[in-house]
Amino acid sequence: MSALALDGLSVTLGGARVVDRLSAAVEDGEWVALIGPNGAGKTTALRAVAGLVSHEGCVRVFEEDTRRLARKHLARSVALVPQVPVIPGDMTVRAYVLLGRTPYLSYLGSERHSDHVAADAALEQLDLVPFAGRRLDTLSGGERQRATLARALAQDAPILLLDEPTAALDVGRQQQVLEIVDALRASRGLTVLSTMHDLTLAGQYADRLLLLDRGQLVAAGSAEEVLTRALITEHYGAEVDVVDAPGSGFVVVPVRRPS
Amino acid sequence: MRVWFPASLLFLAAALLTGVLVGPVHLGVVNVIHASFAHVFGLRSPLTGADDAILWQLRLPRVILGAIVGGTLAAAGAAYQGVFRNPLADPYLLGAAAGAGLGATIVAAYAPASSLRGDLLPIAAFVGAAVAVIAAYALGRSAGAAAGPTALILAGVTIASFFTALQTFVQQQNVDTVQEVYSWLLGRLSTSGWHEVGIIVPYATAAWLIILGHRRLLDVLSVGEEEAAALGVNVARVRLLVVAAATIATAAAVAVSGLIAFVGIIVPHTIRLLAGGSYRHLLPLSVIVGAGFLVLADVIARTMMSPAELPIGVVTAFFGAPFFAVVLRTTRARV
Repeated sequence: MSALALDGLSVTLGGARVVDRLSAAVEDGEWVALIGPNGAGKTTALRAVAGLVSHEGCVRVFEEDTRRLARKHLARSVALVPQVPVIPGDMTVRAYVLLGRTPYLSYLGSERHSDHVAADAALEQLDLVPFAGRRLDTLSGGERQRATLARALAQDAPILLLDEPTAALDVGRQQQVLEIVDALRASRGLTVLSTMHDLTLAGQYADRLLLLDRGQLVAAGSAEEVLTRALITEHYGAEVDVVDAPGSGFVVVPVRRPS
Repeated sequence: MRVWFPASLLFLAAALLTGVLVGPVHLGVVNVIHASFAHVFGLRSPLTGADDAILWQLRLPRVILGAIVGGTLAAAGAAYQGVFRNPLADPYLLGAAAGAGLGATIVAAYAPASSLRGDLLPIAAFVGAAVAVIAAYALGRSAGAAAGPTALILAGVTIASFFTALQTFVQQQNVDTVQEVYSWLLGRLSTSGWHEVGIIVPYATAAWLIILGHRRLLDVLSVGEEEAAALGVNVARVRLLVVAAATIATAAAVAVSGLIAFVGIIVPHTIRLLAGGSYRHLLPLSVIVGAGFLVLADVIARTMMSPAELPIGVVTAFFGAPFFAVVLRTTRARV
C-alpha cells in the first residue's frame, strides 16, 4: 500500500498552473525527494499534500482522499516542516514542541498526560532536553530547525513533509539534519517526502528522486537515473558534471566552461 | 511563573480595597469588608444607613464596574493581539471606537432631550461599535480572506475613517452637542447604583469564557496561519469566534464607560514582558491585572482634582505610558 499517492494533482495560483497533473506514489517507509529548479512547483506540491492550498486531482493518504478528511485528521497523518517556520520567539522549546499535539486535542481542550509524554519523547529524540526551558529566540538556526522537527515528530504522523530541510544550514548541520531524519525514518517507520535544492544530498539520502520542471514531472527514479548531465542541463539550465563517487553516490559538480 | 497568579490576585484585591476606601467619607477597612460580605450574603451591615448607601450604592458599583471594564478591555486587547499576531492591536482595531462614537454622536445630536436619552446613548454606542466591526469583517473577507489578517486590519482602518468622518460631519451640524460627546469619548466610570454593572456583566462573562477558552489555540496561532492550519486548526473559525467575543465585550464596555484608551495595549504587554508570552497565562492575567489597573486609574481620576473628575482615559494614558516605558527599559535585557 502506498503511504501517499498523487493522482493528477494540479494547483493553480493567481491564474498560473504551478503544479500540473502530477502523479506519483510514495511507498510506506520510503524517502522521496522532489527536485527541480526554482519555481518548479516543489513547495506548492508539498503544501497541496498538507491541505494548505486547494487543488484539482486527488491526494490519497493511506488510500484516503485528503479532501474527505477533516483538517485535524489529516494533521494526524501528515506533518509539515516548512522551509522558513514562523518562530514565536518568546515561547519555550517545550511549549513549541507541545504544539505538535494540537491535532489530538478537542477544540477547547488541553493536553493530557499522553501528550506531554509524546512531546518529551520528541525532545529526547532530537537531543533537545537541555534546551526544553529555553526561549526559541535564544537558539541558533540549527537548534531551531531541530525544534521544528521535534514539533513535527510530536505530531506522531506517519508521513513527514520536509520543505528544504537543509536551507540556511552549513554543510555539517545539513548532514546532521538529514542523518537525523534518516534515523527517525528507521526508528519510527516514517515515510518522508522532501523538497531538496542540493542534488548531491538528495541523491545520497532519498530512495527515489522526482524531477519537476514548470509544474510537470519530467523524470523519476533512482539517483543514477535522474541525476544525469543531460537532464540537469536541460531542466536547470546549468553546466554540470555528474561524478560517480564510489561509496557516496552521485556528486553533481557545477562546471565553469571557459567562454 | 506560578508566582504571577497570586501576585496579580493580590494586586486586584488591593486595588478593589483602595477603590472602596478612597473617597470624601471615611468608612474604615474592617467595616467595608464586613459590610460588603453582609450585602452579598444578605446579613446585617455594620455601617450606618448613609454610610452603607455610600458603600453599596456609590463606591462598590463603581469599583466593580471599573474592574469589569478593565478586565474586559485588557482581555479583548490580548485576544486581538493574538488573532492578528500584531502587537499594536487593541480592542478598537476594527473600528469599534469609531462606530461607538458615531452612535453616541447621532443620539446626542438628534434624539429629543428626555429622560430616555441617557439610556439611548449606551445602546447607540453598542450598536455603532458592533455595526462597524461587522462591516470591517465583511469588507476584509470580501477583499480576500487569503490575504490574511492584513486585509482585515486595513478594512478596520477604512471603516474607522469613514465612521469618524460621518461622526465629525454630524457634530459640525450640531455644534452644541460637542461637549456631551467629547466628555463621553474620553471615558468615564459613572454609575447609578448597579444599573451599569447589570448591563455589562452578561457580555463580559460570555466574552471572558470564550476568550479564555481559546487560550491554547491562540498559542497555536502564534506559529502563523499556515502552520496552525497544518496542525489541524481551523484558523478562520478561531479568529471569527475570538474577534466576535472580544468585539461584543468591547462594545458593551464602551457603552457603559465610553472610550478608555490604552488598557487593551498596556496591560497585556506589561504581562508579556514580566511573565512571558504564552496566552495560557497572558489571558487570565490580563483579566485580573486589567481589572485592578482600571480601578486604580479611576481612584486617581476622581480624587486628583476632587470634587471635579478627570476623564479616566486621560489617567490611563498619563500614568500607563510612563509605567510601560519603565517596564520596557528594565526588561530590555531579557527580550
